[in-house]
Amino acid sequence: MTATSISVRDLTLNFGAVSVLKTLNLDVAEGEFIVLLGPSGCGKSTLLNCLAGLLDITDGEIWIKGQNVTWAEPSERGIGMVFQSYALYPQMTVRGNLSFGLKNARMPQAEIDKRVARAAEILQIGPLLDRKPGALSGGQRQRVAIGRALVRDVDVFLFDEPLSNLDAKLRSELRVEIKRLHSRLNNTMVYVTHDQIEALTLADRIAVMRGGIIQQLDAPQVIYNKPANLFVAGFIGSPSMNFLHGATVDGGNAFELNGVKLSLEGYEGGAVGARAKAVLGLRPEHLEIVGAAEPGRTIPAVVELDEPMGADSLVWLQAAGAQMSVRVPVERRLARGAEVHLRVDMTKASVFDAGTEERV
Amino acid sequence: MTGQGPRGAKPRRRLSGRNIMLYGTLLFVSLYYLLPLWVMVMTSLKGMPEIRMGNIFAPPVEVTFQPWVKAWAEACTGLNCDGLSRGFWNSVRILIPSVILSILVASVNGYALVNWRFKGSDVFFTVLIFGSFIPYQIMLYPIVILLREMGIYGTLWGLVLVHTIFGMPILTLLFRNYFSSLPEELFKAARVDGAGFWAIYFRIMLPMSLPIFVVAIILQVTGIWNDFLFGVVYTKPELYPMTVQLNNIVNSVQGVKEYNVNMAATLLTGLVPLIVYFVSGKLFVRGIAAGAVKG
Repeated sequence: MTATSISVRDLTLNFGAVSVLKTLNLDVAEGEFIVLLGPSGCGKSTLLNCLAGLLDITDGEIWIKGQNVTWAEPSERGIGMVFQSYALYPQMTVRGNLSFGLKNARMPQAEIDKRVARAAEILQIGPLLDRKPGALSGGQRQRVAIGRALVRDVDVFLFDEPLSNLDAKLRSELRVEIKRLHSRLNNTMVYVTHDQIEALTLADRIAVMRGGIIQQLDAPQVIYNKPANLFVAGFIGSPSMNFLHGATVDGGNAFELNGVKLSLEGYEGGAVGARAKAVLGLRPEHLEIVGAAEPGRTIPAVVELDEPMGADSLVWLQAAGAQMSVRVPVERRLARGAEVHLRVDMTKASVFDAGTEERV
Repeated sequence: MTGQGPRGAKPRRRLSGRNIMLYGTLLFVSLYYLLPLWVMVMTSLKGMPEIRMGNIFAPPVEVTFQPWVKAWAEACTGLNCDGLSRGFWNSVRILIPSVILSILVASVNGYALVNWRFKGSDVFFTVLIFGSFIPYQIMLYPIVILLREMGIYGTLWGLVLVHTIFGMPILTLLFRNYFSSLPEELFKAARVDGAGFWAIYFRIMLPMSLPIFVVAIILQVTGIWNDFLFGVVYTKPELYPMTVQLNNIVNSVQGVKEYNVNMAATLLTGLVPLIVYFVSGKLFVRGIAAGAVKG
């Protein structure tokens, strides 16, 4: 177990009568890359601003590197922050932007020059040092913004949707670059995004948030394969998970919907128990289209349309009264109206209680 | 519509009825507004005998600058006979500290109201704006008492203080709106970079705020220069600003009415705001628009 870098304890934040963060707890290990993921308004950026000290919290404590920084100034917390809009000072050159924080800390000029040079080398912005932000492209600006956090030589990097303002190609380039930066510097990084691809590719652990509460905090693969509740299951994955509404019967050994019975044998959640209302979650890639029915393992379905997406193809079907999508190799074309059967890989499935929305 | 035939907007004749109407109206209105200026300039360049002949619209037969010289250096108000020059310099001495002080305080006000919101900052702002809806006349006498108690009644600094206070609502509103249009993340980034209240104000905000400062300067220079009420109430005769002195010259009831001197004096007094508008007209419009986008 490595040392704890950031520890958030019972953090609560209210804006007037509105509760934005609700007794939130989060521990981040040293060198860990945590992604805060969630839809707009879930409180992820708010949490990041609290960590940075840009918002005064209502209750709770924030510890960074073993120090209680709950009421410390942003500059005293040992953090560097990168913003969505880059937030570069327009009237200063790149060099001025990078050294502004160091000058405020009254650092000797020689040390400032050394640090700026190092950051410029790491981020490959050396030739841009004497330009103003207005003369830079979006990708270059975001590099400078990262550089501004880098020169501070801090333990914790905070990223507030840093790639959202970039076009798709630049976004994937910089995503790789951030990952490379992390493996080189080994800092603790907290990264806010609403883009699940960024979350899945970058994170050591993802915290999926909704309504000011962390819904699930786990490694990307666990979040993807074993979502803790219906919200996480529906939010992660594109195309999203298929949900079948039915009931668990036979003492929790089978799932029944519209007269079709599926055996829950092999389900990794353990004993499910009998529930009058349950939801079976199946990812499109965990279904297979077969020709013949296998009792207890397949669902009859009718093909509606298919969407070739380059590497593979997405087939939409009508099955047991629900619309479902299945991922198939792109060569496999299915005629509209074809009657097929879907074989379920129950080891990869998720079962949720329809009432509590929790995974069982 | 058929696919055949000419495309694009219908070509217009330059001398269409619409254009004649439009430009005719514009021309008429401009002439109407320029006429008084024409009369003033012409009259100020005439001698008194020529003025007595009537015909105020006619250009001078004999051009003389004597009225201008007299208005500036010789016209009498009360016991002083050194013309408007005394009032001019008084106005300058009132104007410069008032403009600097009011803009300095208001810009910091606006910056603090946007970026360093404190408990009750909204109430503070509302009260401040409310102040601009109260008629000046109601506050005239209470302020006399306040200034007297402070021992600066009848002094230049008393008037400077009054101008600074009365400029506060509109200027604070102006700066607040402008600062709230600047990206908030810049302010956050500067805080993470360890800059404090004044460092952010001077190093980050000020360099980005030139247009709004120009607007504020124009508003204040013209407003304070044109002020009559505060000048006449809160100062003494030897400290009267130019507007008050102009009034005293023009409205003097003794002797002959020297229309040419009066006209020259009026033009001299109006010169400062006029120059300000001509020099900065474009910036003024731009700044007002910039401040108006976000409220």
